[in-house]
Order: sequence, then structure tokens, then C-alpha cells
Amino acid sequence: MTKSELIDLLSLKYSQLVSKDTELAVKTILDAMSQSLVSGERIEIRGFGSFGLNHRPPRQGRNPKTGEKVLVPEKYVPHFKPGKELRDRVDFPKSNAQSAD
Amino acid sequence: MTLTKAELSDLLFDKVGLNKREAKDLVDTFFEEIRMALEKGDTVKLSGFGNFQLRTKPQRPGRNPKTGEEIPISARRVVTFHASQKLKSLVENRNGDANTDQ
Repeated sequence: MTKSELIDLLSLKYSQLVSKDTELAVKTILDAMSQSLVSGERIEIRGFGSFGLNHRPPRQGRNPKTGEKVLVPEKYVPHFKPGKELRDRVDFPKSNAQSAD
Repeated sequence: MTLTKAELSDLLFDKVGLNKREAKDLVDTFFEEIRMALEKGDTVKLSGFGNFQLRTKPQRPGRNPKTGEEIPISARRVVTFHASQKLKSLVENRNGDANTDQ
């Protein structure tokens, strides 16, 4: 599913909205999520998951072409942790009655 | 501060002009559509933001850390998120004033 397919699905469900608004809504949500991570703020969506930043300390790296040593500066990388509902729904159905942990 | 569905709804009210009920409903549906696609086994690609993918993991041996007892970790399907190049570089280049780890 792509962003435009998601916009189409939402447009069908919200036929009272002009599709321009649905598109703007999706963009607004995604921009706000990106912006929040850029400013170092977490995102928590109950039942879906949470997004945050992981820190990568500076490290001594090597240019794989020249073999030359380079210092890779510290950085932050986005991280997603699926929430319980999402985890349960994408997992295989638990056929054998194992005690869930 | 943390971004939640409540803030996203407020933004749709302020910026898109949806009424409060529509805004809340649309935010819920936005995430529900993504969950449904993933549940069906679909990859979700949100250009500029990132991709949600599914990975199937085989059964592997595990251990109860308390008792040391060996128990198999069952085969499972899990969601992974890969941030887009755009989001990665935006986040990477933020000024080093981050106080929010993890």
C-alpha cells in the first residue's frame, strides 16, 4: 500500500470531505510525525506503536574503497516499536493453546 | 512532549478545517488502514516518511531468564519500520541538543 492508495481508501470512507482535504490530512499527519522526530520528540500511538530516536555514538570508520580511516560523527536514527495490538494482529494466529506471554 | 493522536486531531482541525469529530475519526482510520494492510501481509510505503514491512521469523531456542529453563520461541511475523532517506537525513542533521534518547 502506498501513500496515494491510503489517501484513496480514506477518500472513499470520508466521501463528505473533498478529496483535496483528505490528501492534505494525510500529508499533515505525516509531516507532523516527521517534524516531531526531527525536534527530538517521541510519537506514541496507542495500539499502533511508538516512534523515537536512537543515538549512535561517534565511531572510527573506514572508507571501504580507500581503506582510509574516517571519524563517523554521532547521529540519531529513527526507531519504531510496534504496539501490542499491531503485534498481535500481524502475527500468525496462535493455533495451539499456548499460554501467551 | 510526545506526539499523540490527540495532537494529530487538533492539527487536522486547525490546518485542514475538519470538525473535531471528523478529525479524531480520520486519525483513527489512518492508523487502522495501515494496520489492516499489514495484517493482510502488505508492505506499506509512505514516501518521504518510511516503509512498514513484515518479516517472518522462524522458531528459535530461547530461555526463561529467571529460571534458566529452555523454551522455544515460536515462529512469528513481525512489523519492521525503515525510515525514508529523507527522514533519516533530517533526523541525523538535527543539532546535537537531543535530550530524548531511546
